[in-house]
Amino acid sequence: MPAALSIRGLWKSFGHLDVLRGIDLEVAEHEVIALIGASGSGKSTLLRCINLIEPIDAGQILIEGEEITARGVDVDRIRRRVGIVFQAFNLFPHMSVLDNVTLAPRKVLRRSRADAHARALTLLERFGLAEKARDYPDRLSGGQQQRVAIVRALAMEPDLLLLDEVTSALDPELVAEVLHVIRELAAGGMTMLIATHEMGFARDIASRVCFLDQGTILEQGPPARLFSEPREARTRQFLNRIIEAGRL
Amino acid sequence: MESDGALPASTGAVPPPRVNRGPRFGLGVEGARSLGIATVSTVVVFGVIAWVIVNSAGWPEVQRYFFDGAIFRESLPKILSKFLVNIQLFLVAEVLILVFGLLLAVLRSLPGPVFFPLRLMATVYVDVFRALPGILVILMLGIGIPALEIEAIPKDEFFWAVVVLTLLYSAYVSEVFRAGIESVHPSQAAAARSLGLSQVQTMRHVVVPQAIRRVVPPLLNDFIGLQKDTVLVSYIGLVEIFRQTQILSAAKYNFTPYVATALVFLVVTIPLARLTDWLIERERRKGQGGAKVAAADSRRRSRGRI
Repeated sequence: MPAALSIRGLWKSFGHLDVLRGIDLEVAEHEVIALIGASGSGKSTLLRCINLIEPIDAGQILIEGEEITARGVDVDRIRRRVGIVFQAFNLFPHMSVLDNVTLAPRKVLRRSRADAHARALTLLERFGLAEKARDYPDRLSGGQQQRVAIVRALAMEPDLLLLDEVTSALDPELVAEVLHVIRELAAGGMTMLIATHEMGFARDIASRVCFLDQGTILEQGPPARLFSEPREARTRQFLNRIIEAGRL
Repeated sequence: MESDGALPASTGAVPPPRVNRGPRFGLGVEGARSLGIATVSTVVVFGVIAWVIVNSAGWPEVQRYFFDGAIFRESLPKILSKFLVNIQLFLVAEVLILVFGLLLAVLRSLPGPVFFPLRLMATVYVDVFRALPGILVILMLGIGIPALEIEAIPKDEFFWAVVVLTLLYSAYVSEVFRAGIESVHPSQAAAARSLGLSQVQTMRHVVVPQAIRRVVPPLLNDFIGLQKDTVLVSYIGLVEIFRQTQILSAAKYNFTPYVATALVFLVVTIPLARLTDWLIERERRKGQGGAKVAAADSRRRSRGRI
């Protein structure tokens, strides 16, 4: 059985800046991968490439054996299978929570309004958002907005979920509720790639941690090993700085 | 009046300092005084101006040619009946302008090399019709084309008036829509596309609805202009309010019908202008709220980074 996601020799530059310089990564189904590394190490760009928001310069990305970066692939069809949640939520401000969640199922999957609503309400209920269904995003806290954004991605029933620093824009007291949702998804077997600065969370939840440095995966391994005995000098340096900042 | 002693001492609350907030209605002695002064000075100033005008040497002449009560009463109903033509013109043209203007704006906002010819066409159209003086287009198309006497082309003046106004105004309105579309942050489109929505679905459900909400005030501004410019099509022979006014004025050799027409436009246009101002003010206040949110957001973000 092919891997849920395989990335081979992925290169991506913005002008003269090489952001990703040969990324290789295999992700099995139900795996949770935490991407850690300094700002600018390429975590967000990697996620955006997998969602085909950014065109890649070289290499291949395969989802369940299908090359999604090949010429002539239907981009919209791939994106249906790969959900992404952004740091800044990016909810649609002119729509209620329910409409935010049901827009894509209705327009892309062609589900009836009643069907889409029923499924959305089940999801919202599961994440404690049922009574917010009729509210507009500006009435919600940041934590609630981010949970809605996660539900919106889940409503497309993706095979793979990408989370791009989803707690970095939140006030500290709102981080826990979002991490709780992600924990539940991991327990439910969702395959996920999580770019994060929450090292404690990465250690708890990830089946594997990848340390990105200057556009390459410098070191990867199970969290217990990588956090306690990092092999690379730069990984140690990065983790020491995190510990100094009191975030691990 | 509330006195300072009325506050129970046990609460320890400090009575609010009395500040002179300037002329605001219903705000105690200071407010009433300001209102009184404003009223008296207004009456005095306008009274003096009126007295000077009425007592100046040329006033009887002015009154006879511009403010003849009998002519006013006689011409107003005729003028109002023809104003209905302008209103019809305005309503029909407005709908077409909104549709066509939005279409042009969306065409110009489509990304990618495939859509280049459409973008080019829309850009040339907008450039041409914004650059030409309105009256030139009105005469060229409104008189010139019907004069060709081609069977398939209608000669109806109302039809041509609508066509010309739509051509002219949709160019302006498309620029307003385009500004609105560009003001929607790219992350909104990215979020929609990442959910699998196509380019067209993203425009239709996510970008354009947000853009339209933002451009309502500037659109109303353009429609105030359109309301007034409906008189320009009198040049292609349509008898509407302005042509009717000219006819009445010429018949009586008197300018009072013009004054009546001016009043009609003031009564219709000023409320629309006030509504526009109010909407802009409301949008501005909301925009500030939005800016605050964005600033707080970026602060949080920089805190989150290591």
